[in-house]
Amino acid sequence: MSISRRKFLGWLAAAGGGAVLGKSADAASNKHFTGYPGSKGVLYDSVLCIGCRNCETGCNKVNDLPAPDKPFDDLTVMDTHRRTDDKTYTVVNKYQNPNYPKSPLYRKIQCNHCLEPACASACFVRAFTKTPVGAVTYNASVCVGCRYCMIACPFEIPAYEYDSAFSPRIMKCTMCYPRISKGQLPGCVEACPTEALSFGKRDQLLKLARERIRKYPGRYVEHIYGEREMGGTSWLYLSAVPFKEIGMREDLGVTPAPELTAGVLNAVPMVVGIWPVLLTGIYAINKRNQKVADAESEAAVTVALDQAKLEAETKLSEALAKAEKEKAEAIEQEVKKALEEAAKAQEADDSDEGEEGTGETKTEEDA
Amino acid sequence: MEGMLHTLHEFMVYTKGITYILIVLALFGITGFWLFLTGGDEEKK
Amino acid sequence: MSEESTTTSRSYLTPFNMIAGIIIILGLIVTALRFTKGLATVTNLSDYNPWGIWIGFDLMVGVALAAGGYVTSAAVYLFGMKKYHSAVRPAILTGFLGYALVVLALHYDVGRPWRLPYPFIVQQGTTSLLFEVAACVALYLTVLFLEFSPAALEWLGLKKVRRLAIRFTLILTIFGVILSTLHQSSLGALFLIAPSKLHPLWYSSYLPIYFFISSIIAGLSMVIFEGTLAHRYYAHKMDSAHMEEKDHVALGFGKAASFVLAGYLITKVIGISAGNHWHLLGTGYGIWYLVELLGFVGLPCFLYALGVREKNLVLIRWTAVLTVIGVVLNRLNISLIAFNWHLPSSERYFPHWMEIVISAFIVTIGLVAYRFIVSRMPIFYEHPDYKESH
Ligand code: SF4
Ligand code: SF4
Ligand code: SF4
Repeated sequence: MSISRRKFLGWLAAAGGGAVLGKSADAASNKHFTGYPGSKGVLYDSVLCIGCRNCETGCNKVNDLPAPDKPFDDLTVMDTHRRTDDKTYTVVNKYQNPNYPKSPLYRKIQCNHCLEPACASACFVRAFTKTPVGAVTYNASVCVGCRYCMIACPFEIPAYEYDSAFSPRIMKCTMCYPRISKGQLPGCVEACPTEALSFGKRDQLLKLARERIRKYPGRYVEHIYGEREMGGTSWLYLSAVPFKEIGMREDLGVTPAPELTAGVLNAVPMVVGIWPVLLTGIYAINKRNQKVADAESEAAVTVALDQAKLEAETKLSEALAKAEKEKAEAIEQEVKKALEEAAKAQEADDSDEGEEGTGETKTEEDA
Repeated sequence: MEGMLHTLHEFMVYTKGITYILIVLALFGITGFWLFLTGGDEEKK
Repeated sequence: MSEESTTTSRSYLTPFNMIAGIIIILGLIVTALRFTKGLATVTNLSDYNPWGIWIGFDLMVGVALAAGGYVTSAAVYLFGMKKYHSAVRPAILTGFLGYALVVLALHYDVGRPWRLPYPFIVQQGTTSLLFEVAACVALYLTVLFLEFSPAALEWLGLKKVRRLAIRFTLILTIFGVILSTLHQSSLGALFLIAPSKLHPLWYSSYLPIYFFISSIIAGLSMVIFEGTLAHRYYAHKMDSAHMEEKDHVALGFGKAASFVLAGYLITKVIGISAGNHWHLLGTGYGIWYLVELLGFVGLPCFLYALGVREKNLVLIRWTAVLTVIGVVLNRLNISLIAFNWHLPSSERYFPHWMEIVISAFIVTIGLVAYRFIVSRMPIFYEHPDYKESH
C-alpha cells in the first residue's frame, strides 16, 4: 500500500518536481539504511536443536502444504542432504559433528528473510516485499515465472512449481506472515519442543544470542550467522562449530544485494544521457566531413567541367568556323553552278535558286 | 513511517522508478531539442 | 550456381526441408507438452538450476549473435562507412529475426508467458536488471522492426509509408545503439547479483562491459559469417553492389573485429588482476577459462589480423566462425557451465533432450523465415524502384 503511494509520489515528483523531490533527497543524503525499526526475526540455536523435525511438521500444517512422501517422524530422511522445495518451506539436515562424532549436528533451513532481499531486488515485477514486520512475502498474482529470484537468492531458498502448467508459483517460507501479523508465533517456532527456535524483535534476538555466547564460553563459535551476511538477515543462527560444517556458506560477504547491482543501474541513465549526444556528434562530424569532401570533389568537378566546356566551345567555334567556310564555299559553288545553269537554261531558274536558298537556311539552323 | 525509506531496496525502487521516467522524457526531449537546434539549418532529407 | 538454387526451390524434398520438417514436427509435439504438462515434463530445470539452455542459449547467445544489426547500422549510418551499405539490410534482418526468436523462446521458458507484459503494465520492478533487459529487448525489437520495414514495404509496394520509414533511419539507428548498449551489457549484469554462484574467474564487476564488447565482436563476426553463407546459397539474388562490397565488408569487419578482440583481451586480463584471481588459473576451471580466453579470444584476434594483412578471405571467414563459437562458449560458461560451480555434480544441470528440441525448433523457424524473406524481399539487392534513395 505505502509502496504504491510512494510510487505515485514518484510520478508526481518526476512530473512536477518540487517538495517531493526534496524529501527523497533527504533519504539520499543518508544512504545507510538500518531496516524497519522493531522488525521481527527468529533465532535458531543449532546447539539446542535435537533434529526431531517437529518444525517441519508444524510448517507443513500451518501452511497447508501437501503431505511428504515419507512421514515426518521418519528420521532416516535426514541421512541425505535435502533442500527446500515447492512442497517444503523448511528442512532440517543432519551433519557430522567434527568434535563429537557420536552426536550429530542439525541445521534448519528456510528463507532467511534478508534485510535487503536479493530476491526482491531481482524480481522485475516486484513480487517480493520486505514487510515492516520482517517477513519477506511473495505475491503470486503478479509473478511471471522468470525464476530470476532463484538465481539471485544466495541461500538457494525459493523453489518453483515446475510441474504446474497453468499457475506455477515460487514457493518459500513466509515467516508465517499471516500468523505473525495476528500476533501468533510462526508454525515452526510454536512446534519446536526445545529453545532451539525463538521468535522476537531482531535487535533483542541479537542481544539474546550474544548473551548465550557470553554465558556459555566454548559452547558456541563467536559468530551470529545472519547478523551481517548479505547485509543481514532476520533469521539468525548460532552454532557450536564453524558454520560451514553445518552446510552454511561463509563466503557470501556482507554486501547487501541491491548494492551489487546499484553501479550498473546508475550507469543506465548516463548511457541514455550521453550516448545520443556522442552518437549524434559522430554522425554530424561525419556528415560534415562528407559535405566538405563532397564540396571539394564538386569544386573539382566544376573545374573539370569548365575546362571541358571551354575546350568544347573552342572546338565548337572552330567547327563552326570550318562549317561556315565550307558553307560559304558551297554557296559560292552553288551560286556558280546556278549561274552557269542559269546561263545555260536561261528562263525559269529563279525558283530553283529560291529552293536552294531554303536548303541553306536549314543547314545553318542545324549547325 | 510514511515517506521514510527504511531499506536500500526501497530506496532503489523509489529512485529507479523516477529515473526510468526521466529516461523516457530525456529520450523524447533530446530528440525534440536536436530538431529545434538544427531546425535553422534547413536541409532535411 | 543460380540454376542449382532455382531447382532446389522447386522441389520440396531437399535435405534442408526434410531436416527442418522433422525438427518442426518434433518441436510442435514438445510445444504441446510444454504448455499442457508444464516445465517439469520437458526440462531438467530444478530448484538449484532455474535457468537452462532456453536462457543460456536462446536468450544469452541469441541476443549476442543478433548484435550484427546495431553494429552494422551504426558503422554505416553513424560512422559514415558508406561502403558497407549493402551489409546493412541482411544484418538488420538477422537481428530482427534473432530478437523475435529470443522473445519466442522466453514464452517457453517463463512459467506464465501470458504475463510477460506485467513488468511494464502491472508492477515495475525497477531495481531488477531483468526489468531493464526486458524493456530494452521489447523496445529494440520494435526498433528493428521499423528498421527492417522499408524492405517489406518495398516488397509490398507501399511507397509513401516507406518514405516515412526511411526518414527515421538516423533516429532509429541511434535508439538502436542506445538500447543495444543497455541490454547487451545488462545481460551480463544479470549475474552481478549472484557472486556466490558464479565462478570468480567469470564473475566480475566488469561483466556488463565484457558483454557489451563481446556483443560487438559477435555482431561483426556474424555479419561476415552470414555473408559467407548467404553468398553460397543466394548469390543469384545479389546485385552487383552487394557482390562488389562483399569482400570489402569481410576485410573491414575482420579488421574491426580483430582490434575489438584485442581490447577485449586486455580488459579480461585486467579483470583477472582486479579480482586477484591469478591463482585460480591453475585449477580445472582456470584451465577452461584459459581455453576460452586464449583459444577463442586471443587466437581469433591474431587470425583475423593475419587474414586482413594478407587479404586472405578464407581465413577471415573461418576466423569468424571461431569467434562466434567463442562468444557462444562465453555465454554458456557464464549462464550454465561456471554457474553453480560450487554444487556437487549430482545437482548440476544438463539439458533434457526436449529442451534441445525446442532450441533447435526455434533456430529452424528462424532459418525458414530467413529463407522466406530473402527470396522475396529486397535484402541482397536494391529494389529497382528505390535505387538512388538512401
Ligand atoms: S533468503 Fe533468499 S528468498 Fe529469503 S529473503 Fe533472502 S534472498 Fe529472498
Ligand atoms: S519468478 Fe516470479 S517472483 Fe521470481 S523474479 Fe520472476 S517474476 Fe519475480
Ligand atoms: S516461519 Fe512459517 S513458513 Fe517459515 S519455516 Fe517456519 S512455519 Fe514454515
